Amino acid sequence: MKRIEVLKTYKIYIGGKFPRTESGRFYEATNASGRSIANMCKSSRKDIRNAVVAARKAQGAWQERTAFNRGQILYRIAEILEGRKSQFIEELMLQDSTKKAAQIEVNDCIDRIVYYAGWCDKFNQVASSVNPVSSSHFNFSSYEPTGLVGIISPESSSLFGLVSMLLPVISGGNSCVLIASESKPLCAVTLAEVLNTSDVPPGVVNILTGQVSELWSPLSSHMDVNAISICSRSAYIKDIQIASADNLKRVRTYDDEWDVQGGQGIQYITDFQELKTTWHPIENIGGSSSSY
Amino acid sequence: MTTKNNNWDYAASVESTAHIKLNKKYALYIDGKWVEPSSKKYFTTHNPHNEERIAEIADANDHDVDLAVKAADRAYKEVWSKISASERGKYIFRIARLMQEHARELAVIESLDSGKPIRESRDIDIPLACNHFFYYAGWADKLEYAFPNQKKEALGVAGQIIPWNFPLLMAAWKIAPALATGNTVVLKPAETTSLTALKLAEIIHASGLPPGVVNIVTGYGHTGAAIVSHPKVAKIAFTGSTAVGKLIQRSIAGTTKKATLELGGKSANIIFDDAPIDQAVEGIINGIFFNQGHVCCAGSRLFVQENVAEKVIRKLKHRMQSLQIGNPLDKNTDIGAINSAEQLSIINKYIKIGIKEGSEFFQSKCVLPKKGYYCAPTLFINVAQSSVLTQEEIFGPVLSIQTFRTVDEVIQKANNSPYGLAAGVWTDKGSKIFNLTSKLKAGVVWANTYNKFDPSSPFGGYKESGYGREGGLHGLAAYLK
Repeated sequence: MKRIEVLKTYKIYIGGKFPRTESGRFYEATNASGRSIANMCKSSRKDIRNAVVAARKAQGAWQERTAFNRGQILYRIAEILEGRKSQFIEELMLQDSTKKAAQIEVNDCIDRIVYYAGWCDKFNQVASSVNPVSSSHFNFSSYEPTGLVGIISPESSSLFGLVSMLLPVISGGNSCVLIASESKPLCAVTLAEVLNTSDVPPGVVNILTGQVSELWSPLSSHMDVNAISICSRSAYIKDIQIASADNLKRVRTYDDEWDVQGGQGIQYITDFQELKTTWHPIENIGGSSSSY
Repeated sequence: MTTKNNNWDYAASVESTAHIKLNKKYALYIDGKWVEPSSKKYFTTHNPHNEERIAEIADANDHDVDLAVKAADRAYKEVWSKISASERGKYIFRIARLMQEHARELAVIESLDSGKPIRESRDIDIPLACNHFFYYAGWADKLEYAFPNQKKEALGVAGQIIPWNFPLLMAAWKIAPALATGNTVVLKPAETTSLTALKLAEIIHASGLPPGVVNIVTGYGHTGAAIVSHPKVAKIAFTGSTAVGKLIQRSIAGTTKKATLELGGKSANIIFDDAPIDQAVEGIINGIFFNQGHVCCAGSRLFVQENVAEKVIRKLKHRMQSLQIGNPLDKNTDIGAINSAEQLSIINKYIKIGIKEGSEFFQSKCVLPKKGYYCAPTLFINVAQSSVLTQEEIFGPVLSIQTFRTVDEVIQKANNSPYGLAAGVWTDKGSKIFNLTSKLKAGVVWANTYNKFDPSSPFGGYKESGYGREGGLHGLAAYLK
């Protein structure tokens, strides 16, 4: 007799837990030919608010982890993802990818995570400066995370676009609330399971599924969100920029198609960093000089 | 006339204005020429010390701004983007040198037009402005060292709108990095302080910079709005209020225009009980009374640890009593004139609110000049965290004082503000400094000092104090894509 397959319930990811949307609503994710592939949570603005609360609570401690420790945790994500490749490949194929393309996409994702894992304790060293001011002061500039970032994943990609936008944000010590691709949402939820088992502290990454048309507004107008990461084909860029002005969110816009070679780099990390410059006087008394 | 008070009297020592050259009337500097405003309208710029007229300034409208932007666009495409980076740098070096030669004239005009003490314009504003050009000149042919492994390009026409508190210095902060990175410029100074930007236009003209690379258009908010909305402007650099900064972000939404916004602040200046108290008091004075408090990063919220609060406040009041308030051109003057009647009425409105709220109120006992716009240095003591005085930017010589007991408490209170421009920390303990400097949400943190600026030092805010940095290597990024 044929075994009855156990189907997965796709839920959302808030504060390290997998609740259903508080609204109790769902929508059907379909493939290109219209066949239903899963029921997804249709998250509400209340879910956005809950996710923001969780992300804010987690952010300070994530920032204060050592950069080396963040690098280890990010590397752990890659390790766990490597072991669960087949599940992601299957989901990508359900969402109309060929097997070969799916294999490449998952491999690229793992490599991208490793890439950013390595940046955690290096970007600040590369991008900081000691500034030779013309007065008797020691002066240096270094980066700190912007804080809480709202990420709206590109609609065209289930996994690679999401990973390309997520990793630079969290490698720099930000927390985030991420809205998955509405039409290709499966991998986002499964990635949450990977994050949950990779020592990523609860609340650092929160992932919601649902209709971007109703979620962009509560996210970009939330006064406790510091920045928004979005792709240029989104229909809501202008509205998001307007809503973001209320608390001067930094809005970063990227191409929808993330390039394997060019779509990574230190600039994607510093896009969600604030530069802090610190001054301190240098005592300058007595006659000794630097010469010997 | 320097105000007399109980402690200190000085004979007046007023800087001469004999050597400055000012026209009665200034047109717009567009495409290397002085152009009449198409509306034929001019407005008057006044000396805030005695309310006398200094000059007539052209009021640029949309048509004038369009001419300026088109000139800048043409200059970008035909000239500025084609010359070599090292030649670009040499023009900027030339501008820096010419400014140095004109330094005293610029300082006097700055004090006449803005009301700031000559001591500050002579020793801080003008030298820093010159140095800013000199610093960025050298970057022009070294950009590939600033952003390794990233292909960076100029943006095109930069529209720049600057405030009245550091008129020439803000023009330098805007123009120098824009030119070094290969952009062309349309700059609008504030309507009450256009003169040094117009003198800078003369200097730039004398430097031989190709026509259209820098255009100076004067006017009010409507002139700035025309720059922001012009389709050929690729980048907006704005320094001013948070409210206008938000308007700008909204108005360029949906376009590809880049923006950097240097906005308001309500910066915390934190004094611990182990601080060198006398130096800290100087730092408090410099933090809030520098440039009459017309400083976006002014240390306008003072936090004093409870066990030294009485001593610090007593010494602060004593020190305030020796501040010389009066003629900005007097070399003894510490505190000059408030920039405009409008700003004075805003400050007085806040002082009234503070008195009504019932916080302890102190003003130094001094006789203010009868004419002109003056405000005595003001303290409000034991102000509530919820008070308007601790939440809103006043942009004047008004300090609100709160006390604290623990490090955690003061971090929370200091960060409890929508702003995040600057902060000050005073303590003798290095580890405490780094605890504070890493936890305060502010773009600039001064430890055991305050209100220091340098061309090589990036400046800019967190949160609602804006985004982007000006100064230093990081200031280049704002003008590149």
